[in-house]
Amino acid sequence: MSKEIIRLEGIKKSYGQSEVLKGIDLSVKESEVVVLLGPSGTGKSTLLRCINMLTVPTEGHVWVDGQDLTAPKVNINKAREHLGMVFQEFNLFAHLKAIDNVAIGLTKVLGVKRADALERAKKELERVGLGDKLDLYPGQLSGGQKQRVAIARALAMDPEVMLFDEPTSALDPELIGEVLEVMQKLAQEGMTMVCVTHEMHFARRVANRIVFMEGGVIVEEGSPDEFFDHPKTERARQFLGKFNGQFD
Amino acid sequence: MSTAFLKIAIPAFLSGTVITLKMSAISLLLGLAVGVPLAFARVYGGKFLRNFSLVYSELMRGTPVLVQLFIVYYGLPQFGIVLSPMVAGCLTMGLNSAAYQIEYFRGAILSIGPGQMMAARALGMSQFKAIRVILIPQVLRIVLPTWANEAISMVKNTSVCYLIAVPELMTQAKIMIAQFYNTIESYSTVAVFYLVIVGVMTIAFSLIEKKVKIPGLAIEKSKK
Repeated sequence: MSKEIIRLEGIKKSYGQSEVLKGIDLSVKESEVVVLLGPSGTGKSTLLRCINMLTVPTEGHVWVDGQDLTAPKVNINKAREHLGMVFQEFNLFAHLKAIDNVAIGLTKVLGVKRADALERAKKELERVGLGDKLDLYPGQLSGGQKQRVAIARALAMDPEVMLFDEPTSALDPELIGEVLEVMQKLAQEGMTMVCVTHEMHFARRVANRIVFMEGGVIVEEGSPDEFFDHPKTERARQFLGKFNGQFD
Repeated sequence: MSTAFLKIAIPAFLSGTVITLKMSAISLLLGLAVGVPLAFARVYGGKFLRNFSLVYSELMRGTPVLVQLFIVYYGLPQFGIVLSPMVAGCLTMGLNSAAYQIEYFRGAILSIGPGQMMAARALGMSQFKAIRVILIPQVLRIVLPTWANEAISMVKNTSVCYLIAVPELMTQAKIMIAQFYNTIESYSTVAVFYLVIVGVMTIAFSLIEKKVKIPGLAIEKSKK
């Protein structure tokens, strides 16, 4: 049995009166690819952000690699160094060239020498197929290229887990493929991944486990084949019904 | 305009120009040193810092700079704090400018949007490091055109310091008038001096803007 990397226990999150997460338990093992599915506004992104504590849960515990990140006095900056995150809106640093976007975490967070960091950054950008865009600024890249730089930026930190928060939702349809391709390659290389996405084909092809959420709770989870072919709950069937067109 | 007047006035105005520029530079830097931290305090600080920044800004912008100048120069001696005209002038102009700079920088910080900070935190940067490494370089570029206006206003506004006898440009004009009784000539000459300074600054700032421009940074700004 492989090592457990992430364990969430009884995660709740409220904003004022509204409770977005109503008690979530989730465990992710090494090299596992978990895809969070569900209608919009059901707390998938919030849950993802609880894993690296960008959103602090109101209740519950988050363990990453055996460390309880919700414990008092945890050095959260240190813990985040190896939790890669990719955002829907890319969030590339607008004043830095592609290569510096990837290198800055190495130099400013991990203390790697600049020359070494640039070399590593170049390798990571080549890995996502952008070896010829090193010196371009984010404003000069397409959405798909920006997202691949963002993936390279996270990969350069040698993450134990990659968290993807709707990485293709802000992209034009013709640019989605190039990002999913990079993500699939990562999964095949054994990267542990937790993805929030609406790309059903990707979920079915790449995930080891589907977690279906609605209304702040996990409604159903299972292997992609189980989930897509024989959903156990009515709510999952309804949800999948809306995507029928994608499976023709 | 007589040659005798120009022979005395030009050197006097030149030395006034040096004082005016020195005052403006010191005041602007003081404003920057106080304004930038308070701008970040307003956006990212806790309740106390946010409120402090807000009260400071409202207080300084809500009262005339001349009143502030007189409080510092004529009022503080009552408490045993006696400042030279130059120090009182720079202190007042700088702290006053800080209030405006808070607002300019706050606008620039907000225009960047929360995504940059989030991405920096996700990489493992502390909030302070994210501000220093990621936000400041962007904020400086975004604020530059507005800040150029503040710098230009500062050069002109330091003229109020003639009221506490700082030997800057305006004071030199007053001295010339006392000597030559030529109001229009003295004031016109001093106006030309200000005009030239401001002209040179305008060109310099637009060159700097071009030099530090990064493709897409302004687009990011308008998008968010």
